[in-house]
Amino acid sequence: MMSKQSILSVRSIGHSAIEAVLRLGYATRFIALTLLHSGTSFRRPRLIIRELYFTGALSLIIILVSGLFVGMVLGLQGYQTLQTYGSESALGVLVALSLVRELGPVVSALLFASRAGSAMTAEIGLMKATEQLSAMEMMAVDPIARVVAPRFWAGIISMPLLAAMFSAMGVFGGYLVGVVLIGVDEGSFWSQMQSAVDFREDILNGVIKSCVFGLAVTWIALFEGYDAPPTAEGVSGATTRTVVTSSLAILGLDFLLTSFMFRGV
Amino acid sequence: MERSTLDLWVGLFVCAGVGALLILALKVGNMSGLNVSDTYQVYANFDNIGGLKPRAPVKSAGVVVGRVAGISFDNEKFLAKVIMTLDKNYKFPRDTTASILTSGLLGEQYVGFVAGGDEKMLAQGDALKLTQSAVVLENLISQFLYSKAAEGDGKK
Repeated sequence: MMSKQSILSVRSIGHSAIEAVLRLGYATRFIALTLLHSGTSFRRPRLIIRELYFTGALSLIIILVSGLFVGMVLGLQGYQTLQTYGSESALGVLVALSLVRELGPVVSALLFASRAGSAMTAEIGLMKATEQLSAMEMMAVDPIARVVAPRFWAGIISMPLLAAMFSAMGVFGGYLVGVVLIGVDEGSFWSQMQSAVDFREDILNGVIKSCVFGLAVTWIALFEGYDAPPTAEGVSGATTRTVVTSSLAILGLDFLLTSFMFRGV
Repeated sequence: MERSTLDLWVGLFVCAGVGALLILALKVGNMSGLNVSDTYQVYANFDNIGGLKPRAPVKSAGVVVGRVAGISFDNEKFLAKVIMTLDKNYKFPRDTTASILTSGLLGEQYVGFVAGGDEKMLAQGDALKLTQSAVVLENLISQFLYSKAAEGDGKK
């Protein structure tokens, strides 16, 4: 009796493993198809511009506001800690480096996943559930080229821009709290920041990070939407999975990228 | 949505994003600082570089005149070889002394230049002959202890 149960449980592990590998294969084929059919969206940039509006321009407010607040909190907390060592003037370095290297790309990608990624999944999942995608196929319009690829490229384009705005806004927030509110010396705030932040090492690596996050989030969101069971329950489950999976992917990828980029000299 | 409004918003979004990147590069980063345009490289051998790191500043009279480009170990002289990139605007005599100093008590280490009196100036690829190593705290303490011990012996 016991052995039968253990066989069953081992079987279920095997089943879920095979399922996971299958889904990974589907996802890879899906992104390969998307890349293959991207030509249409570059020949008709209006498709990408429309999606840039929905994924990028509409995410502006949340990105800017949260960037400002993250920067202000960094300013307050950093000042508290640095003050005990008598090095408040390093506040600018602390705020700028933590934003440009980590918080800018990661937090804006998390916000992007929950704001734009979930919307993408829900939209495509609903299109599939209401058979709009099949209708397109009937009219000889490839849904991957017409619906998926523009969203994919819009996500990859808008993510680094959003992360840069987040970081710039955060530095401004840190400046507001540190210099205007607390009264750290303005000259040393900026000059120490400028001597510590390197364009190639810090800023460019942050941009590369946010591009990778953009790719991961849009890939997961689009695939979950395209793969969602065509029911109300299926679409809602896919939306949840998008947010959870892409958040985990962002954090995991962030560790990987950081360990390659900033290993210390 | 109207096509022109859409374009306007997307245009604003892209401009704001690129603007933020520019702000990061110019105001936050050091793109506007020392440029790589006109530089020349010199090198110096040190007995001990302490905690000197690549990209550390090279200062003369407190002014940043260049940066450390690379640090390696010279396997023939068994000394540390520090390659420095200096700004073309600053010329130094050939008998300039390079020493490794620390800014503040716990600050970062940098290379300090003290100009000599030679009439010939340093050029690309030249070596600085006069160097002074970083101060290693352990050596300093042991020197102090030795001298104390020597004093004690003398008194007996």
